[in-house]
Amino acid sequence: MYFAVFTALLVGTALTVFAATLDLGPFNAPVALAIATVKATLVALFFMHVYHASERLTKLVVVAALFFLFLLLGLTMSDYATRALS
Amino acid sequence: MQNNATSTVAVHDRHGEAHAAHNPALLHHFATEEQQRNSASLGMWVFLATEVMFFGGLFCAYLVYRRWYFGDFAAASKSINMWLGATNTAVLICSSLTVVLAVWAAQTARRRLLIGSLILTMLLGLLFLGIKGVEYKEKFDEHHVPGASFSFDHEEIPGHPGQYANPKHAQMFFSLYFVMTGLHALHMIIGLGIFAWLLTMAWKGRFTPEWHTPVEIGGLYWHFVDIVWIYLFPLLYLIDRHK
Repeated sequence: MYFAVFTALLVGTALTVFAATLDLGPFNAPVALAIATVKATLVALFFMHVYHASERLTKLVVVAALFFLFLLLGLTMSDYATRALS
Repeated sequence: MQNNATSTVAVHDRHGEAHAAHNPALLHHFATEEQQRNSASLGMWVFLATEVMFFGGLFCAYLVYRRWYFGDFAAASKSINMWLGATNTAVLICSSLTVVLAVWAAQTARRRLLIGSLILTMLLGLLFLGIKGVEYKEKFDEHHVPGASFSFDHEEIPGHPGQYANPKHAQMFFSLYFVMTGLHALHMIIGLGIFAWLLTMAWKGRFTPEWHTPVEIGGLYWHFVDIVWIYLFPLLYLIDRHK
């Protein structure tokens, strides 16, 4: 299991470097972030044992951290992204 | 007063009896070993949640400026050696594997594998910092470090021939680059300290399948630092590389 995740992470790294050399129009950044998110999720779920955590509170803390991170990034960016409209 | 003293003695006696009944690693305010382990990792996760917010502020600043100065950021990003960053990503992924092996070795009482994995993790951590040092030296040589001697003149914006990046905007990229990678490197140095301590504990044979909480907690920290790098690499090194 650990070695499968390890291999997937290395493949993901190679993939993100390769994708950066392609012209994907507006999708270069989303693709890079998507690959990074898949890698980060693999690390958290299997290396950090969130998937097998017997304690539900641990999962709640992880979700809460992500929630507040998206609150921070989402509200800030929705402000800056819509300033040109006013 | 006299009464108090006798009751303390009585409590101590009961403690002594209780120790015989359970593993000495189990603290008295926990019902089971599993509950004790879960509490420790829950506490670590709460700390990691604060770390997410700590780095989150920097990522937020990065996103705002990247939107404003996209072309300048792309030009500045292109000046960084992408292959050093990619190699470091692979180095950190390898170190995450050795950390996982260390935790498994501690769980299953494999002392030699535990010590070997901890040493390997530290070597990979040092390799990461060494490569980072080479990368920083390149930036110093090119005068890309924000400050009095900063210069980023006549650097073309990728995909826009004849258009040059604004040095002040590029300096903003390099400020974020050095603060974000520097803070990450600081976390790596702290991680190396934690792992050096884990290594001495493992060397003394302190960890058992019943109690190896520091290995697990230290491992969570190391993996978190790895995750931060997984995001830093594409965001800082791979802006508009195809142009």
